[in-house]
Amino acid sequence: MSGRGKGLPLLLLACVAAAAWLVPYAWMVVTSFKTLPEIVAHPGAPLPEHLDVGAYREVFATLPVARYMGITVFMAVTIALAQIALALPAGYALAKLRFVGKRWAFGVVLACLLVPAQATFVPVFLLFAKTHVVNTMTALVLPFAASALGTFLVRQALLSVPDEIIEAARMDGAGEWTIVYRVLAPMLKPTLVSLFLVSFVFHYNDYFWPLVMTTDDSVRTLPLGVALLREQGTGVRWHIVMAGNVVLSLPVLALFALAQKHLVRAVSARS
Amino acid sequence: MNPRARWHPWAMLAPTLLLLAGFFLLPIGVAAFESLYSWDLLTPPRYVGMANYQALAAHGALLQVALRTLGYSAMVVAGTMTLGLGLALLLDRPGRFFGFVRASVFSAYVVSWVAVALLWMWMLDGNAGIAGTLLRALGAPRVALLGDPAWALPALAVVGVWKLTGYAMIVFLAGLQGVPRSLLEAAALDGAGAWNRFRHVTMPLLAPTAAFVATTSLVTSFQAFDVVRIMTQGGPARATELFVYAIYEQIFLNLSVGRASALTVVFFVLLLAVAALQLRVWRMRGSER
Repeated sequence: MSGRGKGLPLLLLACVAAAAWLVPYAWMVVTSFKTLPEIVAHPGAPLPEHLDVGAYREVFATLPVARYMGITVFMAVTIALAQIALALPAGYALAKLRFVGKRWAFGVVLACLLVPAQATFVPVFLLFAKTHVVNTMTALVLPFAASALGTFLVRQALLSVPDEIIEAARMDGAGEWTIVYRVLAPMLKPTLVSLFLVSFVFHYNDYFWPLVMTTDDSVRTLPLGVALLREQGTGVRWHIVMAGNVVLSLPVLALFALAQKHLVRAVSARS
Repeated sequence: MNPRARWHPWAMLAPTLLLLAGFFLLPIGVAAFESLYSWDLLTPPRYVGMANYQALAAHGALLQVALRTLGYSAMVVAGTMTLGLGLALLLDRPGRFFGFVRASVFSAYVVSWVAVALLWMWMLDGNAGIAGTLLRALGAPRVALLGDPAWALPALAVVGVWKLTGYAMIVFLAGLQGVPRSLLEAAALDGAGAWNRFRHVTMPLLAPTAAFVATTSLVTSFQAFDVVRIMTQGGPARATELFVYAIYEQIFLNLSVGRASALTVVFFVLLLAVAALQLRVWRMRGSER
């Protein structure tokens, strides 16, 4: 199937594709090293006159970057870990245990797969406002502590684990919680790693939920902070906005470079 | 297997079921209830029946938001599917170079919508953006795409396509692994050219994958909010006011809980319709096998 004699056009097309995705990134980085006079005078200059880190200095001066980053990472890690911790026993019960009401319980999980946070935020915001939970870490984490998708994926993965393993563990005197967290969890490592990464990346990047659940600075996340750089800045301070963009994107892109296989598998396995 | 104690399954499921029901199912019911009241968060709520829905539907405003959202979704779905399939076919080749290009395209899916939206805002900037500079070099007039009611929504769709194409490509690549090489080789031996092999072997086998990509992209783009909030705030002249942004405006800018709830209910019903379509498509794909 290798294209005999048409290698060069294919290669060129692939280069165009790469450029369509890499040039914007490059433009973001290039802009972040420019100065305001440069952007005003020669906005299209392909390279900065010299590597000026003024924009980055400005980002760190305007935003408490370390605090925002800390809040964001803490939130994303807590959500991802909670989802795994809760999905394991729930998935175990749905995949392995026989009990009345199982179909009903599984139905709830499947139904929740269809409901995005965009369809629930109005009532949840009202509830949190009434109970003074808005602007707390709880408002950011609690609604996502259980994951319908995570529960579903753990259940699917457990279906292919033979019952004998669980029976053997029971014979050895292991309690149910030991079986779930000590015996089965290690066997599901690929699924759990994918789940963690997908969940972490989604919530690290998330703009919508932190936006609607915060009204002040107390638990502001980094995506909100970077978006604020644009809202506060009047006109053409694009070098500062792009520097904020680089700071925001670098950790995820680094994670992507390290765990590319897991992330790609997680996305394509859902199909 | 039998549980060791009757309460075990429920203890294991309780946290998950309570959280899911409490934060995803119950709110829909609450929204339906609130949608019958007029409430500005300050004075006590007042029962108004269907008035919120009527006010939203007046002058076809609600229909416009729904159609606009569908239009945006249609553009994004068409764009990501075409590009995603094309790139999957192009890049389904061994070697580090092609792997690198695949990773480049997919990386946009991993980066925050905030970063993507801000980056494209800068590239589409009316005065200094490189996209405009490039278009002008090709002879196009100077337009601030995001400030033009005719172009703002397509411009947002381009951003959506750029962000989501990597996802479509990855799923199509996984689908291509299910097309047996021997079948393609047999077709080649029978004298089928590249187009005919694609048309009569690859495409039918990829149909289920395509249906999956189409429906998931539809659901994703139907919920679009970040690009609107960051790039246009629904403007100019409401040209980019998509559904979720309309809900956001009702509650946070107009302080109208009732209308926001009514919009939420309509949004949910539309999502259900899309989900029903999704189920139908997947059933069809199941029966084809």
